[in-house]
Amino acid sequence: MNIQKEKISEGNISVTERISGSEAVIRCLLAEGVKTLYGYPGGAIMPVYDELYKYQDQIHHVLTRHEQGATHAAQGYARISGKVGVAIATSGPGATNFVTGIADAQIDSTPMVCITGQVGSHLLGSDAFQETDIVGISTPVTKWNHQITKASEIPEVFAKAFYIAKSGRPGPVLIDITKDAQFEEFDFNYQKCKGVRSYKPFPAIDSEKVQEAATLINKAKKPMIIWGQGVILGKAESELKAVIEKTGIPSAWTILGASAIPTSHPLNVGMLGMHGNYAPNKLTNECDVLIAIGMRFDDRVTGNLETYAKQAKVIHFEIDAAEIDKNVKTEVAVLGNAKESLSQLLSLLNPTEHTAWHQEFKDLYAIEYEKVIRHDLHPTKEGLTMGEVLKEINIQSNGDAAIVSDVGQHQMIACRYAEFNQTKSNITSGGLGTMGFGLPAAIGAKMAAPERQVVSISGDGGYQMTIQELGTIFQQKVAVKVVVLNNDFLGMVRQWQQMFFEKRYASTEMINPDFVAIAKAYYLKARKVTKREELKEAVAEMMASEEAYFLEVCVEKEGNVFPMIPTGASVSDIRLE
Amino acid sequence: MEDQKQLFTVSIYTENNIGLLNRISAIFQRRHINIESINTSVSEIEEVSKFTIVVNLSEEKVKKILGQIEKQVEVIKAYYHTDDETIYQESCMFKLQSDLLFEERQIQNIIKESNARIVTVNKEFFVIEKSGRKEEVELLYRELKPFGILQFTRSGRISVSKKPMKISQMLKAFNY
Repeated sequence: MNIQKEKISEGNISVTERISGSEAVIRCLLAEGVKTLYGYPGGAIMPVYDELYKYQDQIHHVLTRHEQGATHAAQGYARISGKVGVAIATSGPGATNFVTGIADAQIDSTPMVCITGQVGSHLLGSDAFQETDIVGISTPVTKWNHQITKASEIPEVFAKAFYIAKSGRPGPVLIDITKDAQFEEFDFNYQKCKGVRSYKPFPAIDSEKVQEAATLINKAKKPMIIWGQGVILGKAESELKAVIEKTGIPSAWTILGASAIPTSHPLNVGMLGMHGNYAPNKLTNECDVLIAIGMRFDDRVTGNLETYAKQAKVIHFEIDAAEIDKNVKTEVAVLGNAKESLSQLLSLLNPTEHTAWHQEFKDLYAIEYEKVIRHDLHPTKEGLTMGEVLKEINIQSNGDAAIVSDVGQHQMIACRYAEFNQTKSNITSGGLGTMGFGLPAAIGAKMAAPERQVVSISGDGGYQMTIQELGTIFQQKVAVKVVVLNNDFLGMVRQWQQMFFEKRYASTEMINPDFVAIAKAYYLKARKVTKREELKEAVAEMMASEEAYFLEVCVEKEGNVFPMIPTGASVSDIRLE
Repeated sequence: MEDQKQLFTVSIYTENNIGLLNRISAIFQRRHINIESINTSVSEIEEVSKFTIVVNLSEEKVKKILGQIEKQVEVIKAYYHTDDETIYQESCMFKLQSDLLFEERQIQNIIKESNARIVTVNKEFFVIEKSGRKEEVELLYRELKPFGILQFTRSGRISVSKKPMKISQMLKAFNY
């Protein structure tokens, strides 16, 4: 087998060369500009790993400690960079361990290409060793998937996979390659995919619809913008900012949309949904025009749909036609990319101010501050709160850190209180709510953006679901900051048990190990904080560290996250206590 | 608020790919929707397959399902129609004992009146085939049942819409 030593440039490779399928896999990745991939070797993918060895000066393979970690790392990489994340694993259990990360990427629209090895094609369907029907298993959770049984299919399928993963509404794609196709030699050349005839990722924007939207917005007395990740995925941050500033419309975000507009922006009125801010939830049911941009009216955002924004005319800017009228009936739907739609809209909008209406948000914020935020950020009682840890991180990072959270109470606190100056800074598992997402996702994020401060924030429950990735941090020397907010409980479930199950704490208390000792066993700098007086200095030490750092903060055991919209309740029934 | 359930014929034009049937049926399965009948075949366009799926749903649900189907990368276009908007047929076959042909005169009348066709006859059994609407097939079944049916099978619905579906134009627009 000939070893390609010269650098391979990105893009099309028109010269035909005779190489193996496994070498072709690497050449395809290089042609798509992939520099880093996350994975775990095994029998059915060994030929590709052999090529990874030969190409190690051009492509960096990161050995995670579990295939699930590889998918989340690829997701973190994609979320912070906007590029396609790549993960690779063997057949059977390697492939099935991918499923959680793939499902997470599907529901959170993360561009990802997953490569799995498969048993030889003559063994397909024979229950061979480590055979599993991963194409069948992954079908409902992938944007597209395909099994390759002949080496000659590799270039076209890879080109299509990358095109599909990142175009339109992004998502995960899985390519399964039989072992014989990896060994087989064929004449390789590479053409980037320019389109798939049955797939229309870029809907043409209907300017009449944009005009209708503008007319409604111009006439509105109490308009409100709610934006989601579509703004970030569509690179429409500056267009959104311009729309908000021209019109003076109070604007709120879903957790995946967080950071698209800086937290400190005066018209940013906060977070939507179950544990979001009081004002935007309450006033969703009082606005006259609700302008949804790149968001999908998830049930955690809307609460009870029967009582959601019934008084408002709803405008929906959305790239995915299947989302229009799926949950909320729209008055005007503008199908298309957020960047183009908003720039068309901007020119049609009248400069307006909505001072009195904006004041209503401020008044409700003041109530929330007194009832909730003051206690969360400036507690006077003994136990440390999750909120004050976030506040300290905000202060010491100047709001420039990327926050990668896991799932649960700490996640809601992180999303509520983290201050973001720049986009793509809030990386979390939104739709799937995957505990264990945070730590490996932070690894991918830090590797994609080494110049940034990346802080992983987990609870003691989720952290232990992928704790083995400390090994990856150690081996790869990833300078990620790992914070565990430890309350010795599965806090969110415990909160629900307290509120809705009469304090029957079924299997939510955790007897935890010595987390500092575990981090130290992986040769990481580590520290534990139990008292308020130590917090500031400990966070300073962590932020100043040039290398990875583990910080455990023991917080109050039975703290609750408020506000809260109980399941099935209306957004206007949001509770402050 | 939900509108009434009724039968809809969903016609889906797709690329001819392994696994697409799985992908499409999963969309119904996810929402706990029973597929009344399903047929896949070639279509009027070379290399384009056509799924014909019959479901009993509200129109609102059918629209949402269609959105999810069209979102699939290898689906070219999907449509839904009510029974009034389509010409549809299904086909069935009965296997019966050959003695009946001679001993039960009525059988011959049933075959004639139902516009069924005798496909084959041998010493032991004969096979009749009938195409038509579901009700016609069901009527024939009820009429033959008292004589003892050895085997019976019925196909899924196939249908053509009264209005054009304009798939060829769509594909041409893609420089195909």
